[in-house]
Amino acid sequence: MSKKVCFITRNFGKYDPDSLKSYESIGGFTALRKALKMDGNEIADVLAANGVQGRGGAAYDMGKKWRQAREVKGEHKCVVCNADEGEPGTFKDRELLTNDPFQLLEGMIIAGWSVGADNGYIYMREEYSHLRPRLLSAIAQCEEAGYLGDNILNSGLNYRIHLYSGAGAYVCGEGSALSESIEGKAGRPRMKPPFIKQCGVFHLPTCVNNVESLSLVPPLLLDDEGYYKSQGTEDCPGTKMISVSGNVKNPGVFEVPFGITIREIVYDLAGGMENPEYPLRLVQLGGASGRICAPSQLDTPYTYKGMRQADLTAIGSGAVLVVDERTSVIGFLRMTQEFFSHESCGQCTPCREGNRHIAMLLDKIAAGEHTQKDVDTLKKFADIMSCASLCGLGETAQSALLSAMKRFPEVFAVKEEVAVR
Amino acid sequence: MKPFTQAADVLDKELAVKIDGIISAHNGDATQLVGILLDVEAAVERHYIPESAAYYVAQKLGVKPTQVYDVISFYTALHDKPRAKFTLEVCNSAPCRVKDSDKLVETLKRLLNLEVGEVTYDGRFSIEKVPCFGACDVSPAVRVNGVVYGHLDSEERILDMLQQLN
Ligand SMILES: Cc1cc2nc3c(=O)[nH]c(=O)nc-3n(C[C@H](O)[C@H](O)[C@H](O)COP(=O)(O)O)c2cc1C
Ligand code: SF4
Ligand code: FES
Repeated sequence: MSKKVCFITRNFGKYDPDSLKSYESIGGFTALRKALKMDGNEIADVLAANGVQGRGGAAYDMGKKWRQAREVKGEHKCVVCNADEGEPGTFKDRELLTNDPFQLLEGMIIAGWSVGADNGYIYMREEYSHLRPRLLSAIAQCEEAGYLGDNILNSGLNYRIHLYSGAGAYVCGEGSALSESIEGKAGRPRMKPPFIKQCGVFHLPTCVNNVESLSLVPPLLLDDEGYYKSQGTEDCPGTKMISVSGNVKNPGVFEVPFGITIREIVYDLAGGMENPEYPLRLVQLGGASGRICAPSQLDTPYTYKGMRQADLTAIGSGAVLVVDERTSVIGFLRMTQEFFSHESCGQCTPCREGNRHIAMLLDKIAAGEHTQKDVDTLKKFADIMSCASLCGLGETAQSALLSAMKRFPEVFAVKEEVAVR
Repeated sequence: MKPFTQAADVLDKELAVKIDGIISAHNGDATQLVGILLDVEAAVERHYIPESAAYYVAQKLGVKPTQVYDVISFYTALHDKPRAKFTLEVCNSAPCRVKDSDKLVETLKRLLNLEVGEVTYDGRFSIEKVPCFGACDVSPAVRVNGVVYGHLDSEERILDMLQQLN
């Protein structure tokens, strides 16, 4: 199996990302023309037939999501492109927004047609504000050329795309917080139900997808030879963009076929450890909210099923953070914990208080002053957070900790002199 | 005592004109409040939103000042107090930390003779720790007024970066 592929990224470097004409010259918007001749359900079926799962983190069946969005009744509906990319160690959407903004817009228009929406919103993190002019100009060029606006290409589709900015809040990547933010408010997650698909942005039915998910749609619709499906494994076909960071020689964004092993990602694609003196300690998959993989698990295939079977985060945001022995397991957990303590919106008790207490207990363990009771409390708090938090932030904040407790139990062992006390 | 419906400071005329421009660039759309406030901050030399500006934005957009302040206080990228002209935002998330961004912070502190969160006398520099800004492939990294400087793993490179700030 070849380790690097170009499907979602096939246009990178092939056209001038500031020019619609240039995009058209390499076949841009043929997928939209094709889509407009198809029925919305047929498009969702193509996604389902290729087994596409959302690329933002939750790995929700994309064909199913579009079908559900289509079925929801409503005069007005929205499509949201989630470009908040807040998961530490994730920067693949940055590459898509930088190198291929028009493919994303094309994917969003197809989404609008398929689910029956009349407005699309791109919610982009403030950290990528340097990309705003490029996106605004791309939207304006599409309006000028009739790919956006009223009666697009005589199909009867009326659809517009708006660009919104985040302002440094990880929680705004969560669908309901994102909706609040687009309404011009603080991004505090809402109580669910009602779910975003029924009541999202401006309380309209909303279909939220990640940048990569939407960018995948145009090439997939044109893929008559079934190249996408020929990649990856039988139960997990296709390709995925990953962001590799940490103590490797060549960090960066790669498009890989599913089924590649974590070892191949670390040692072949990313060139292996940056300093041979320091071997691998752990790999964190899926960003700060992802589980920790021990060196013994490196041969796990990078597929949803394979990862789940190995008790690892099933792909998540596609982040692969490689950590060598210079960082201790507890040191690493404290870094991750700092992130969540900072990013918790403080709205619900399990997450707000849980993060504080877990941070304190981790400090105690780092100092070697903990008792068995502390370790039990740590696990209890982490479990409570996972099941009682209001939104996905609190639910997943303890993935790294809980997986580390399983994979590196020795780190949490109580020192003898403390045990005697 | 001043009523809560009124700002404590007086809005600078030039800034008012800039805010008018920013609001019309966002089509006067109140739902774009977050983006508008970011642009206002960028237009102020000390990168914050003066009280008078917050009230002016509220009035122009027809929203309550409380909503504007709810937004300013919620988002980390918005500020209601003056900041340095160049805030060196050092990434504090794990991918940069394992690439020794702690050493980067220490070096900056020493070179600028400054603690994290402090501002230099001339109001030019300050150091802040921020979460991942998506430059993990060039870690350890610093972001200054929206521009990313990566691979800051030696004193030479750090000095180089500081020299570029003007
Ligand atoms: C706290 C939190 C942060 C999130 N951040 C992002 C993000 O930055 N980008 C993203 O695409 N999805 C993010 N998600 C997942 C989204 O809520 C949502 O599931 C996703 O955008 C759906 O798109 P997909 O089905 O195409 O993956 C986040 C979820 C949570 C709970
Ligand atoms: S889980 Fe955390 S981030 Fe989510 S609503 Fe509760 S406090 Fe806010
Ligand atoms: S972790 Fe530092 S920029 Fe992403």
